[in-house]
Amino acid sequence: MSEMPAAARAIRRRVITEEVHEGPARATAYVCEAASCMSAQSHEITVRLGERAAVAGLSDVMVKRVGCLGLCAAGPLVEIAETGQLFDHVRPDDVEGIVKALKKVKPTDTRVSQGPFFEKQVRVATENMGRVDPESLEDYVARGGYEALHTALSEMTSAEVRDQITRSGLRGRGGAGFPTGLKWTTVAKAQGTQKYVICNADEGDPGAFMDRSVLESDPYRVLEGMAIAAFAVHATEGYVYCRAEYPLAVARLRTAIRMAQRAGWLGTGIADTSFAFDIQVRLGAGAFVCGEETALIASVEGRRGTPRPRPPYPAMQGLWDCPTLINNVETFANVPTILRKGPEWYAGIGVGKSTGTKVFALAGRIVNTGLVEVPMGMTLREVVYDIGGGIVDGRPFKAVQTGGPSGGCIPAEHLDMPLSYESLIEVGSFMGSGGLIVMDDTSCMVDVAKYFQDFCRDESCGKCVPCRVGTTQMWMILDQITRGKATLDDLAQLERLARMIQKMSLCGLGQGAPNPIFSTLRYFRDEYLAHIVDRVCPAGVCTIEPAEVMA
Amino acid sequence: MPVLYHKPPAPSDDKRWKIVETRMRRLGDRPPALIEALHAAQEAFGYLDTDALNYVGDTLGVPHSRVYGVATFYSFFTLKPSGEHTCVVCTGTACYINGAKDILAGLDRALHVKPKETTADGKISVLTARCLGACSLAPAVIVDGDVKGKVNVGDLVAQLEAM
Repeated sequence: MSEMPAAARAIRRRVITEEVHEGPARATAYVCEAASCMSAQSHEITVRLGERAAVAGLSDVMVKRVGCLGLCAAGPLVEIAETGQLFDHVRPDDVEGIVKALKKVKPTDTRVSQGPFFEKQVRVATENMGRVDPESLEDYVARGGYEALHTALSEMTSAEVRDQITRSGLRGRGGAGFPTGLKWTTVAKAQGTQKYVICNADEGDPGAFMDRSVLESDPYRVLEGMAIAAFAVHATEGYVYCRAEYPLAVARLRTAIRMAQRAGWLGTGIADTSFAFDIQVRLGAGAFVCGEETALIASVEGRRGTPRPRPPYPAMQGLWDCPTLINNVETFANVPTILRKGPEWYAGIGVGKSTGTKVFALAGRIVNTGLVEVPMGMTLREVVYDIGGGIVDGRPFKAVQTGGPSGGCIPAEHLDMPLSYESLIEVGSFMGSGGLIVMDDTSCMVDVAKYFQDFCRDESCGKCVPCRVGTTQMWMILDQITRGKATLDDLAQLERLARMIQKMSLCGLGQGAPNPIFSTLRYFRDEYLAHIVDRVCPAGVCTIEPAEVMA
Repeated sequence: MPVLYHKPPAPSDDKRWKIVETRMRRLGDRPPALIEALHAAQEAFGYLDTDALNYVGDTLGVPHSRVYGVATFYSFFTLKPSGEHTCVVCTGTACYINGAKDILAGLDRALHVKPKETTADGKISVLTARCLGACSLAPAVIVDGDVKGKVNVGDLVAQLEAM
């Protein structure tokens, strides 16, 4: 895509950290330079703020670019670290006001409350986001980075590391929720001298941008998590498979890898031990199916990203038929903190078998779009209304879609459900990678189902028939329904087809493709019937064609 | 495994082939480098023509058919040169709910161009993206590398027409 070179160039420009003062700064301004704020020219703000502060003679303040502050809706964001004061929608002209505020900061200041959006979150994987300069290794180390890897290498055996992860109850944050400790143990015990660790950063779900934010804001954390994993499973080589659509994340990741190699946190003899591990970046190329682990492996090997039947699982036979550990970005991002603070601490957060926290990307018709991390077990209502600030224009809530194209829509009646892997499956949805898309009464649920079917039909790799042909057939029936041309028989046919595709498809894409249909039919069947029987679209989204007049 | 015949010469003396060649050499001139090599070629030339596909395939020891297979499988690769300006419309869920469909319809009405097409005068290519990750700015488009958020169809069309 054409935006790539420009965006990549932009971030290669020197970091603006105007520290002209000896010793710690009296006041620090954090300017968000993650993709969302950067698209609103936040880099210019950083430069301007540095200049204006210097002109105003403030020699003891620091202007620092940081990763995502979370509240993307209000970007570009600037935060004063000492007081917690937030400036939103900052335009280049507003810089003077921030300089004034910086002037007033006193050493005795304490942080003010920043409102429920920030106060209700529990930060683990995102603890450094909006705090560290994403490209600065020193910054990361200053906040406890690489402590966990150092401890693991010098004081623990790989079995002990695996045991800690198992006891923490951490589960795969890519969506399916497979116990991470179990996966690590399987790879560690698999036969073979060469083993690999792969980080899945092919975040394809539309509406999900957690992995991108983590990579853009705190790339070292992912590298450290991968290195710990490599030590635990005896791997020596690693890959990060990242979408090419995330030029900023890729560029920061590449910088981080280079810096870590230089500092001896990657390569041979890490932390003066015999442990060796190195990481390479591999770019995806716009195929959603490559998020599936066997397809991802095919893509890393330079082939078409088509999945293959499992077993054998990648843990036994993965990349180049060697045992391979594949985890998601967020999973790796949790690992250093778990080792540092202990598995019991992590297991204490959350609910039941879903321990810890989950990062969600809030999007759609919600006031505070952005990135949040909440403990498992928080109710959907708290996420949407307290943290998310409710629906845009005060319209009524209709549904929230989770899990991307394999997920489902959760209606208002389940708003008080605690969020966990199990509860989401119970209501017919799916954790997925963590996109939460809120819909109000301006969305037609049949149209939404059609949208996801269109996505699956387009992204089906074409290897197995149920998915290749089935998703197109389902889309055609949904298209007929939205035009008011379908009959009740068509609806029955759609349900039959959906059940078949769910059972017979080769990989998660096909098996999950009918989920949006199932969940919308479960909660919003009346909307389907309105299209078919009454030939109206209750939300006024679909264009119903006039009935053919019988002669 | 390493292919031992002579490396093929670059299709022309265009210096950009050097970039592609270097990227392939760094990864050992072996088949696993295929996707990275195609990325390099597309970054350098903007699209992948037959020369590029064959050159990459011959260097890495991958049959032309497989190179073509990979290049067409991944939607990021394009085999056609694009227009002078590109307008990428995000069709991720958040943008969809906030009216991406109307933007595409508006572009079609005003400029007679559908996704993945270029206007008749070769000026503007319209593309769609699955999700730009700019969900907070929905609906979002990228015009020549600049992300625009909360897009209004009329303004967008006016901007494109003025180009």
